[in-house]
Parts: sequence; C-alpha cells; structure tokens
Amino acid sequence: MNKKDPDLLLFHAPLLRQGMTTPKAMRDVIYALLPATAASIWFFGLSALLLLGASIAGAVLAEWLFDNGQRRGESLRDATAVLTGLLLGLTLPPGLPMWMAFLGGFVGVSLGKVIWGGLGHNLFNPALLGRAFLQATFPIAMTTWVVNSYGGEFTSVYASSLALPFMQSGIDSVTAATPLGMLKFDQEVTPLANLMFGKINGSLGETSGVLLLLGGIYLWLRRDLDWRIPVSILLTVVLFSAVLSLVDAARYPTPLFSVFSGGLLLGAIYMATDPVTSPVTPRGAWIFGIGVGVLVMLIRVFGGLPEGVMYAILLMNAATPLIDRYTQPRVFGRGADSP
Amino acid sequence: MTSSAQMNAPAPSSLRLVLTLAIAGLISGIAIIGIYESTLPTITANKARELREAVFKVLPGVSEMQQLVYRDGNLVVTEERRKDEQAVYGGYDRDGDFVGYAIPAAGPGFQDTIGLLYGFAPQQKHVLGMEILESRETPGLGDKIYKDAEFVGSFSALSIEPNIVAVKKGAKARPNEIDAITGATISSKAVVRIINEAHAEWSKRLPPAGSEPPLRGTGPAGSGGSP
Amino acid sequence: MKQNESYEEFIKGIWRDNPVFVQVLGMCPMLAVTNSAVNAIAMGMATFFVLVGSSFLVSSFRNWIPKQVRISCFIIIIATFVTVADYTLLALVPKVHKELGAFIPLIVANCMILGRQEAFSSRYPVRLAVMDAMGMASGFLLALFSLGAIREILGDGALFGIDLFGENFEPWIIMILPPGGFLTLGVILLFFNWFRFKKDEFLADVAAAERGGNG
Repeated sequence: MNKKDPDLLLFHAPLLRQGMTTPKAMRDVIYALLPATAASIWFFGLSALLLLGASIAGAVLAEWLFDNGQRRGESLRDATAVLTGLLLGLTLPPGLPMWMAFLGGFVGVSLGKVIWGGLGHNLFNPALLGRAFLQATFPIAMTTWVVNSYGGEFTSVYASSLALPFMQSGIDSVTAATPLGMLKFDQEVTPLANLMFGKINGSLGETSGVLLLLGGIYLWLRRDLDWRIPVSILLTVVLFSAVLSLVDAARYPTPLFSVFSGGLLLGAIYMATDPVTSPVTPRGAWIFGIGVGVLVMLIRVFGGLPEGVMYAILLMNAATPLIDRYTQPRVFGRGADSP
Repeated sequence: MTSSAQMNAPAPSSLRLVLTLAIAGLISGIAIIGIYESTLPTITANKARELREAVFKVLPGVSEMQQLVYRDGNLVVTEERRKDEQAVYGGYDRDGDFVGYAIPAAGPGFQDTIGLLYGFAPQQKHVLGMEILESRETPGLGDKIYKDAEFVGSFSALSIEPNIVAVKKGAKARPNEIDAITGATISSKAVVRIINEAHAEWSKRLPPAGSEPPLRGTGPAGSGGSP
Repeated sequence: MKQNESYEEFIKGIWRDNPVFVQVLGMCPMLAVTNSAVNAIAMGMATFFVLVGSSFLVSSFRNWIPKQVRISCFIIIIATFVTVADYTLLALVPKVHKELGAFIPLIVANCMILGRQEAFSSRYPVRLAVMDAMGMASGFLLALFSLGAIREILGDGALFGIDLFGENFEPWIIMILPPGGFLTLGVILLFFNWFRFKKDEFLADVAAAERGGNG
C-alpha cells in the first residue's frame, strides 16, 4: 500500500496478502510483451513506435477522461489502460495511420471497459473490442500490410502513419500479403523459420512467434496466467490442423504453420488469458480454450477471412459467464442432488 | 374527461362492436383502393422507365427494346409474361437491327442476393455491359461492384467464352478476364459467377446467332422509333 | 391560455418527452433507416404523416369507438395511413422507397404511434391531439435526422449527398452499417441522460441555495 497518511491506513480482511496484485500482474504482462514489442519496432521502424504510442495514448486518455473516481487518474495506476493500448497496437498493421490507432485505443477502453463499470466488469477484452471496431470501421486500412523491412529502414516513417486525422492513409508504400492471406488467396506457404523469427508481413505483434512464446513462459513462471487457456487453444489448433493435413496436406496448413502464423500466439497467450474475460474455473478454462481453438480454425479454413483469432476470442468472451455458471464446482459437503 | 361518460355506460352490444369494426374496415379498404388506383400508373411507368434505362446502359447504341419471353423452347416477342416464365430484353439500334440481349440474373453475393442485368452480343459472344439492379453489399467495399466505374467499365467487349474469370487486380491478360476489386474479391467474384451461371443457362435457350426475333411491328428495315 | 396549452402539447414531444431520446420508442426505424440524412428525413416525414393523420381521426371519432375494440380500430386507421404513405412514396420517390424497403410498412408497428393514440388522442379534443401528434412526430423526425446526419457525416463524409471533407476523407464504414446505428444512438442517449442528470443537480443546488437564503 502506498497511501501516505498512516492514520488513515484502514484495511479490511484478508489482512494477510500474497504479493500478487492487479498492478503487479499487469506490469508483468507488459514486461513479457517488451521483447516482442522491441522486435516489432526493429522490423517496422519508427512507425511502429508511433503507432504503439498512439494506441496507448488513446487508451489512457479514455481511462482518464471517464474516470468516475474521486481522484481523477486513480484508475490509471494499475496500468491496465497502458496494457490495453499496447496489446491493441500490437494487433494493428504497421502502416496504419496514427489517428486510427488512437481512436481504436479510445474506443477500446471507453466502449470495452469504462462503460461496463470499469476494470473487472467488462464482458469483452477491451483491446480486441477496439480492434474489432477498427476492423469494421476502416476495413481497407486494417488489411493493408506494409512490407517488413527487417531493420533495413529503421529510421524511416511510413507516410501513411502520419495521415491527418479523418483523412485517408493514402497508402503509397509497398504492400504485401500476410502468410495467412497468401495461403488463403494464393495457396502459397511461408517457410516455418520465417514465421518463427519474424521474416513475414503482418501486424506488429504477430511477427515474432518465438519472442511471444518466451514472454508466455515468463508469465507462466510468475504465475500470472492460467496456463490451461493457451495450452488448450494451441493444442486444439494443432490437433485440428493435424487432422486437416491428414485429409489433404496440399490444401490445409500444417499444425506448426497454424500455430506460428497470424495472431494466434499473441491472442492465446496475452488476450484470451485476460482474467476478467475468461472463465475462472479450471474446467471452464479448458472449455474456453478449446472453443477459441476450434473457432480460430473454422474461421481460418472455412470462413471468408484469412484470420479469425480476434472474433474467436470475442465470441468466447461472450460465452464466458455461461461457462462459469455451468462449471461451478460442487460445494463441499453437498451432493449433486441437494439444493 | 370526455370519455368518462363512455366508461360508465353499460358494455355495448356485440353487434355494435362488429359494426364499428366493419365500418372502419370498409372505409379503410376504400381509401386503400383509391390510393392504389391513383398511384398505379405512375408506379408502372417508373418501373418501365427504370428497366429501359438499365437496358440501354448495358447495351450501348440501342434505341429500341422489346421483351422476349422464353416460352415452350422459343423466344416469343410479347408484352405479357406469366410469373413462372423467364424473359430477356432484345435491344435494337436505329435501323431496327438486332444488337444484343439484356439478360437479368441474380445470385448470392457476400451479404445478400445480387440482382443484375448484363448485355450480351451473341454474334461476338461478348458481354457489352453490366448494371447492378439490387445489392446489399458492404458499403465502402462490396458496393464498389456498382460504384467503381473501372470495374463496371471492364464489362464491355468482354469475351464470355468459355467463361469470365476474375483475376487479381492488374493481372488481366486474356479477353475473358477482368480485374477483381481489391478488398472486395468475394463480391467481384460473385458478380462474375452470376453472369457465368446465367450465361450457361441462357446459351441453351437463345436461338443461334443471326436468327434473333426481329423488332415487332415493323420490318427489319424501318423501325418504328427512328425517323 | 388555450394557446399556451396547445403550444405546451407541441413542444413537449420535441424535448422533454422526446419519443426517441427520452421514451426510447420506435427503435426499429430509428436504427434501421438512419444511415443517411435523406433516408432519415423520408422516414420521419412518413411517420409524421401517419401519426398526425391517425391522431386526427382517432380524436375525432373517440366518442364513437367502443373501448373494447379501440385497439383494432386504431390499428385499422394507422394501417390505412401507412398504406397511403407507402404507395405515395413508391410513386413519387422510387429511389428512396427502395432504400427504406420493408421499413415503410413497418411504420404500423412503431409503438410510438399506437402509444399516442391510446395515451392521448383517444382522450383529448382534436386540436390538442393534433398538436400532440405534431410535436411527437417532429421530435421523432428530429431524432431520426440527428442520427442520420451524424452517421452520414462520419460514414460517408457527406450530408444530403454533398461532400463535406473532400476527396481524402476516410469514411467510418461502421457508421453506415447496423452497429453504427446502435453506437450513435447509445452515445446520444448517454448525452441526454448526462444532461438531465446535470440539470437536476443544478436545480437541486438552486433550490438548496434558495432555502438557505430564506431560512
């Protein structure tokens, strides 16, 4: 506790606490994301930094503006707004205009969190809600991917990043398709090594699978996440695509391609595990993870979109209260048929 | 309150209730018939004008048109068409010479049914033009199938044999290929598929090129509309 | 005095008892056809015609309609006006009619209209009933227009089809899609409630200050 006045130091039970608090857990997630963030800035240059800054600024502004507490800014301390902004930024295409990222962060926090009553009351993951809003609002800008320069143009900024508010991105940079897009529309398979180490095009965060996995292991060691959710998502995806590969290896992606392509790792490790919007019971976590995995594969393979992690997680978010209700453990001492 | 007298009054007889409703229904029915009769001519004229404009758009250089109904294996020139019969529209130039058919077609798009009309020249086996009559495609993306002048324009002098193929933007190489709209691949492909399917259907029914039904009422030399 | 009374009936529908923003009635056309200002106004005018016409008739015949069959009679009257509006729009502005589509016949299901007949027109004299209907319909029209204008400006960069921001404007596609209707309406309702909350707070403050001054 960092209250200044010792006379006013009032606690209610429990008086013995573990070291884990919301701000600490949030900061841990931010630290876990730092390597992947740094890599994305290396790949896409200063534009990536500007984009992340804009989405974080939008999220923080919304949190500050609609804060209903006695002291404005109090709720910023737990860093969830920063984390929401960072996660949203990592799911955006690198060449997206900054004002759109700002709007996405603002909408994500205001519509995805504050309006439900603040942290802990929201039904949907705020970062993904912000992304869904951007996807529906600016479908072209959200599916235009600039080429990964792999550090080559570190200091240059895409013209589209600096588009004036409300104005078109005027995409003039060289664009390319993501690995999932290439697979879906051109039946081209990207080599696995490129996928793992980021030699691909795509959103900021999906470019370095290995770093995302390392961050996930860090979080697991720190006990900040429920390992069941990412494990069940990834296992489901692996099994699903293994079966599909057996059916027709030429048409469907291999299991490893499925895991390392697109936003799956980012979503499975950092977004689906959001403690507010995922089930609390262990059995519920398994159901949730399997649901996300199945939906991801259904959308990717049979849907019209190349990528489905966002919608899969949002849909399962909506199902979370239901899952929680049906997986309540039996109260000790009561039989299944007693009231 | 004005209705207080009514509240205290004994319940009215069933006959009165029925009569009230009957009179209300009668007056309402008369009003509806009146408005229907008085607007019908305008509505029919609007529809006919819309159709004419669409036909003239998909068949450039046409100045006369007539409805051709597919009946008992033949194309019949007639104004009347039964509900279960399908029709195309024949377009004729100033001299009354046959230019092409305007063929209505419909099929599933990205969101809902897309209805369209395309012009077909049987001699060259070309599509001469395409007009979307009905669509609920996504605004800003799918609606480019009728808002994007380049896409609509690419349906002119487009070879339809063996069928039309939508290719990635800029990859058009053969006379039967068109550039799909970036970001609206599904809608563009839907338009192409609808035309291909309609073509497959109608190419079995249309008479061989050169023996199209002439413009009715006049000989092939001097058509009614031209001076 | 009489003048004031009918003015009061008219003005309440526009602000204090606005059918959309305060009573939250008539949501179906509100969300469905407000993707452009023109569509919103066309729907608003059609509803205006239906509501004022039916209120006039219902109020005129209020002493003849037995209360056991009043709802059926109201619906017959409303449906007649809706059919008239439907055919008139189809004949005069076929383009707008095509855009509004099924939502013109659905005016009959707009609970605001039946609600006004039941709550007002069937109990008050013709002059007041017509003023009330005109007020409510104008409030509805204004609400539709404000939603339609916001959605068209953001979603299309235009108002009444006239470009506002030039070539480079990036349209917010979501605004002309159904979710945009929900979002915009939600934000406007939020604003209305916030405004009423602030006003009540202010009035309470003033009252408290006055009491303090007197005592």
